[in-house]
Amino acid sequence: MLKKILKLDEELAQDVPRSHKVHSVAALFDTPDEITHAARETSNAGYDKFDVYTPYPLHGMDAAMRMKDTNIGKFAFLAGLTGITVAVSMIGWMSGIDYQNIIGGKPYFNLTASIPIMFELTILLTGLFCVFGMLLLWNKLPQISNPLHDTNFMKYASSTRFGVAIEAEDAQFDVEKVKAFLAGVGGKDIEVVYYPEENIQKTSPIFEKKFIYLLIVVAVVTALGGYGAIGKLVNILPFDWMHNQFRVNPQTRSDIFKDGRSMQRPVDGTVARGFMPYEYTGMPDSLVKLLSNPVPMNEFSIERGKKQYNTYCSPCHGYFGAGDSRMNNQFPNPPTLHSKKVRDWADGNIYNVMTNGQNVMPSYAKQISRDDRWAIVNYIRVLQRAENAKDTDLP
Amino acid sequence: MESINKPIPDKISKLGYLLTGIGLLIIVVSFLVDKQRGAFDYLWIYMFLTSVGIGGLALTALEYLVGATWSVPFRRVCEFLAGIIPLLVILVMPLIFSMHDLFHWTHPEAVANDPILKAKAPYLNMNFFMIRVVFCILVWFLFYYFFTKNSKKQDTSKDPALTRKNIKLSVAFAPLFFISLSIAAIDWMMSLEPHWFSTIYGVYYFAGTIVCTLAIVTFISIHLKENGYLSPRLGNDQFYSLGTLLFGFNIFWGYIAFSQYILIWYADIPEETYWYMMRWHNGWQYVSMGLLFIHFVIPFLVLLPRSVKVNLKTLKIMSIWMVFAHMLDLYWLIMPTYSKSPVLGWQELGIFFFAPGLIMIVFGMKASKENLTPVGDPKLEAGLNFTL
Ligand code: HEC
Repeated sequence: MLKKILKLDEELAQDVPRSHKVHSVAALFDTPDEITHAARETSNAGYDKFDVYTPYPLHGMDAAMRMKDTNIGKFAFLAGLTGITVAVSMIGWMSGIDYQNIIGGKPYFNLTASIPIMFELTILLTGLFCVFGMLLLWNKLPQISNPLHDTNFMKYASSTRFGVAIEAEDAQFDVEKVKAFLAGVGGKDIEVVYYPEENIQKTSPIFEKKFIYLLIVVAVVTALGGYGAIGKLVNILPFDWMHNQFRVNPQTRSDIFKDGRSMQRPVDGTVARGFMPYEYTGMPDSLVKLLSNPVPMNEFSIERGKKQYNTYCSPCHGYFGAGDSRMNNQFPNPPTLHSKKVRDWADGNIYNVMTNGQNVMPSYAKQISRDDRWAIVNYIRVLQRAENAKDTDLP
Repeated sequence: MESINKPIPDKISKLGYLLTGIGLLIIVVSFLVDKQRGAFDYLWIYMFLTSVGIGGLALTALEYLVGATWSVPFRRVCEFLAGIIPLLVILVMPLIFSMHDLFHWTHPEAVANDPILKAKAPYLNMNFFMIRVVFCILVWFLFYYFFTKNSKKQDTSKDPALTRKNIKLSVAFAPLFFISLSIAAIDWMMSLEPHWFSTIYGVYYFAGTIVCTLAIVTFISIHLKENGYLSPRLGNDQFYSLGTLLFGFNIFWGYIAFSQYILIWYADIPEETYWYMMRWHNGWQYVSMGLLFIHFVIPFLVLLPRSVKVNLKTLKIMSIWMVFAHMLDLYWLIMPTYSKSPVLGWQELGIFFFAPGLIMIVFGMKASKENLTPVGDPKLEAGLNFTL
């Protein structure tokens, strides 16, 4: 199998047209020890533009090649700083300024909640910067391949043997001398590598019109495909059980009505089920005509009223209407509901306070249904009666 | 195998006895002056020494478990540190006799009036507590005994079968270690606030323990190397590996500390947040902030570049720094229960004498009887040849 692949490689290698410009002289070695020795000798001989190619990382190679510290660490650190800055400014803008939302009583922008995002973006940007930095800065991107690719040398250096290549850019480079030197340190299959034709052409193949057109076509196809997949395909229901029904949904078209909308104003003079309007909404007390209580005073309505009162009114007015709840002094203290004034009020007056609100007390018309509000009135009457019991109430 | 037969000078042990003596004096006087304060300070010292002892044992086991070679030249240092474990039997005694001063849940009348403590009583009661204390120390002691026995025997017999034995031991030790360490952390420190709970508490203590022990191992190894007690073939690459491990585990500590914090902060439930509130008022907020910077932010930035980790001088400084950071961490975990605001008097200085002193005594004693390098280990050669 390996032999077959190597053979195929060799055939490919001959396909690449080579120029006469020398890129490097390369030699192969059989064992890790030999290559480490060769690398040490090469750097001792004063060459500094050379590289070692091995099928797997070799411990100790950095020292043998006398590699200087690279700038990758600093580069990655800056990339990480960029990531953390992007994260802070993004969250700061989004939740601190542009779209303020109270979540769990926390400040709009807070560092603690942002730390996971800062952490993630730091790592993400470090990774992306390093990959693209590698392609652009270290792999010199417009050049799409290293001249060593598709050579006999690389075929072995990436599978079963180890290789060193001294590049023509080196100040002491001289083809014959380098060949002799490599042979001297035990190199085998020494090979002079020439630049492929395409590498010394002025424009890199990635700037060729054909390639750019291809990119455009790929971009358009992916964009349309993505739009179709996300916008249309995803919305196809495999089963539409009860999803489509004979009714109009809000904010959709409807052919039943002349203006083509599904949402219509109620016909004048009609009332929607369960929505009895209050004629005096928002009117000053002087204009309000008091209604009479439609809910009969009985055990059921009192129980109902008690439940609703304890839920909605007791946080301020207290469980017995004395105005002594746990909200005391945290909100304007409500007056007692046992005052002579309220006792003498008609049911409709209490109902009006609940429905329209009074000064700082807000309206409860939205939370509590009409019948329940009347039931609360009944319950308040019970509380008042209990507080101001007469002798005749005793058995 | 070349082994450096340079004996550790007596002055290490002598200095150790001196420091331990001063520390002991402070502890005793402190107990006499104010029993409760003395007990809390002593708990702090005890947890620190537990960290070092079981941390040394864990690093020894870790080397066998993962088959590391680079760390073999340092293994004796870890084994010597684990030599604290037998002493824990004596060290724990003062705590056993001051349970009432430390733990609210040991008072029957407090438990009787407290539904939460009543519900936790099946775990938090004296008898079961003692059983767990004995269990933990016994587990550590047994593994310490067998690991070091095999390792020492190998120095003369050079028998690779002993390495295989220790590998098997380390497989059994790994789960027992995590269970016993979590129990120790929960019992001795989390139950100081018996209403509070955090499921990540054991991991948090583990992270601190490993950081601290790695720092001590790094410090001692560099010191030995600088003074010529370790093989001259030992290069910077092995120390760099210690440094990266230290750096990595410190990030782990930060990660765990933040994981614990963010969940409690987000849920914002009073029964959990009060533990942090205790550490955010009356001056404790400065200790908390200090911990964040001293244990995480500063070491992270300093240890990040490679150049710092290959340089033995900077690495040595950072390792002392991290030991101090772990002491601060334990202080922050334990002391808020004792005092509403941070205390620092002569009583708190005890740890700085007693703990290093005791480590020196143990180290000096072990080093006088055993090789500083495991000369019979089959992986030693590879460990000395290790290059990055
Ligand atoms: C947020 C707190 C709050 C809640 C909840 C609340 N109230 Fe009030 N209520 C007040 C305050 C404050 C006043 C006094 C308003 C004013 O300044 O006139 C008041 C006044 C009243 C009055 C008039 C008393 C008077 O002497 O003028 C009535 C009746 C009343 N509330 C009934 C209710 C009922 C019934 C509910 C439950 C649906 C309710 N309130 C819920 C705060 C509250």
